Amino acid sequence: MSEMQLATMAADPDRVDLRVIAGFVSPGSRVLDVGCGDGALLKLLAQEKGVDGRGIELSQRGVNQAVAEGLSVIQGDADRDLETYPDGAFDFAILSQTLQATRNPRTVVENLLRIGRRAIVSFPNFGNWRIRSQFMVWGRMPITSNLPYSWYDTPNIHFCTIKDFLTLTGEIDAKIEDAVCLYGEGKRMTQTAPWTIWNLFGEQAVFVLSRG
Amino acid sequence: MDAGVPNHATAAARQVDCPSSLCMAFAETLALDGGDALPSFQIAYQVYGTLNADKSNAILVCHALTGDQHVANEHPVTGKAGWWSLMVGPGRPIDTDRYFVICANVLGGCMGSTGPASSNPANGEPYALDLPVITVRDMVRAQARLVDELGIEKLFAVVGGSMGGMQVLQWAVSYPERVFAAIPIATAPRHTSQNIGFNEVGRQAVMADPDWCGGKYLTLGKRPAKGLAVARMAAHITYLSESALHHKFGRHLQDREALTFGFDADFQIESYLRHQGMTFVERFDANSYLYLTRAMDYFDLAKDYRGRLADAFRGATSRFCVISFSSDWLFPTAENRSIVHSLNASGANVSFVEVETDRGHDAFLLDEPELFRTVSGFLRGAARVRGLAE
Repeated sequence: MSEMQLATMAADPDRVDLRVIAGFVSPGSRVLDVGCGDGALLKLLAQEKGVDGRGIELSQRGVNQAVAEGLSVIQGDADRDLETYPDGAFDFAILSQTLQATRNPRTVVENLLRIGRRAIVSFPNFGNWRIRSQFMVWGRMPITSNLPYSWYDTPNIHFCTIKDFLTLTGEIDAKIEDAVCLYGEGKRMTQTAPWTIWNLFGEQAVFVLSRG
Repeated sequence: MDAGVPNHATAAARQVDCPSSLCMAFAETLALDGGDALPSFQIAYQVYGTLNADKSNAILVCHALTGDQHVANEHPVTGKAGWWSLMVGPGRPIDTDRYFVICANVLGGCMGSTGPASSNPANGEPYALDLPVITVRDMVRAQARLVDELGIEKLFAVVGGSMGGMQVLQWAVSYPERVFAAIPIATAPRHTSQNIGFNEVGRQAVMADPDWCGGKYLTLGKRPAKGLAVARMAAHITYLSESALHHKFGRHLQDREALTFGFDADFQIESYLRHQGMTFVERFDANSYLYLTRAMDYFDLAKDYRGRLADAFRGATSRFCVISFSSDWLFPTAENRSIVHSLNASGANVSFVEVETDRGHDAFLLDEPELFRTVSGFLRGAARVRGLAE
């Protein structure tokens, strides 16, 4: 990835989670990026951390772009294709901004934890105050810069809040190894803030999970 | 139907023992999967580009059922451009300015490699059905001997579509340490029941032709042209798609204003298929068609691994790029995806692209920019990892 692309990625407040995720990945590890798009994160990880990376992406355009760049990416989706990977095949199984678009988020997270020693999941927080107030005040399905779709054409079918996600980790016996909450223009919320504050002001969350 | 006077048949017959290409004769036994062995054999092949000093830039292209070694040069019999000249050549995705490309006629073929039309060393007559049945693994075994003789220890890549894709998969399973990258295109880990069925229709058409003479037609100076043409016509439909046929031919009539209320070729599609049949028989040996379709039928990678395909790939160290086409119903995406899933399960390094097209199975031979982009990108990435200079 060129310096310029790196700068663009870091400057894109919507995808600052990729930077955060990259920070959690240890050098030289084996990584599966589920919903890898055009392979931007894989490329970043390969160049900066020397990881052995693989990707899964639904859109043909994304896959072709990634493969044409020399990345190992298959066309598929989290719901169907994660089943085929063996236990512990990767050090990190990453799901960035894709959880809310899967049919069975719980099964997907369980599979991530089965396939990877660590699962890294980033998702938009539906508990954010802007979203709450749009719904409360206007009584309409919320549309934000992070979540720009109308209800009828959104790929996002399973939104959750940070608190919902915490509940899920408890239900599937996942251990939270680390977590980062992002707000504003990609700023990190203080680690000591209570979950309720994260849930109200966080726009995105990144969780690092392991099998409990 | 009249198969016509064979314009190219004599030229094609000459290719069987003395091909217009490079030819490697092996004065050694080749053990075959069926239990028999060939006392000696020869492989006709073409090369393009230059082998680098450390012999690390060789790409083996495997051809499909009716292809041959003339992948990127004018065909010596038909005079047409090589069957994959869009893919292979200077500046093409498989760039002959950069890679040393080898393409060999398969064992069982009829363009110079040992096949049923070749002379049986035991009696000097064409083998006909005395040639033992050949499998895809036998083809690959013979190719590996050729690659040995060319002094190449490890191929940079093995690439092929359809039956060529089967050879690619077999290479990766039989010789994992000799294949750096593998590109199986529009193929399957085993021939499906439906495809065996289609092949059987083709074989029955050949064998029902009285001029097939129990396979001994060459010795008797005959040719089962009508039977082979029918086989080709039926097969050709399976290479296309319903929508491609509809767009190309619809219900259009051939050189006439109205239906004739007879059995002449009223429709363009009939005329087209008849033409395909006729031109095919001029360049292809009927017994070869039987042997090669049989090789495809017998192909089942998982068979030796108690049906578990992932176990077949267990030792596979190659980087894979599997490619399918959305309208291919002969080797549908689902079959190709099963290869991907098994490779995933075995922990292999795999990419997978489904190319959106309405051109059916034949798409792998046609001008499909998405296919070319994928192949060249994948090869570029693999070359970087392999340490091949730009």
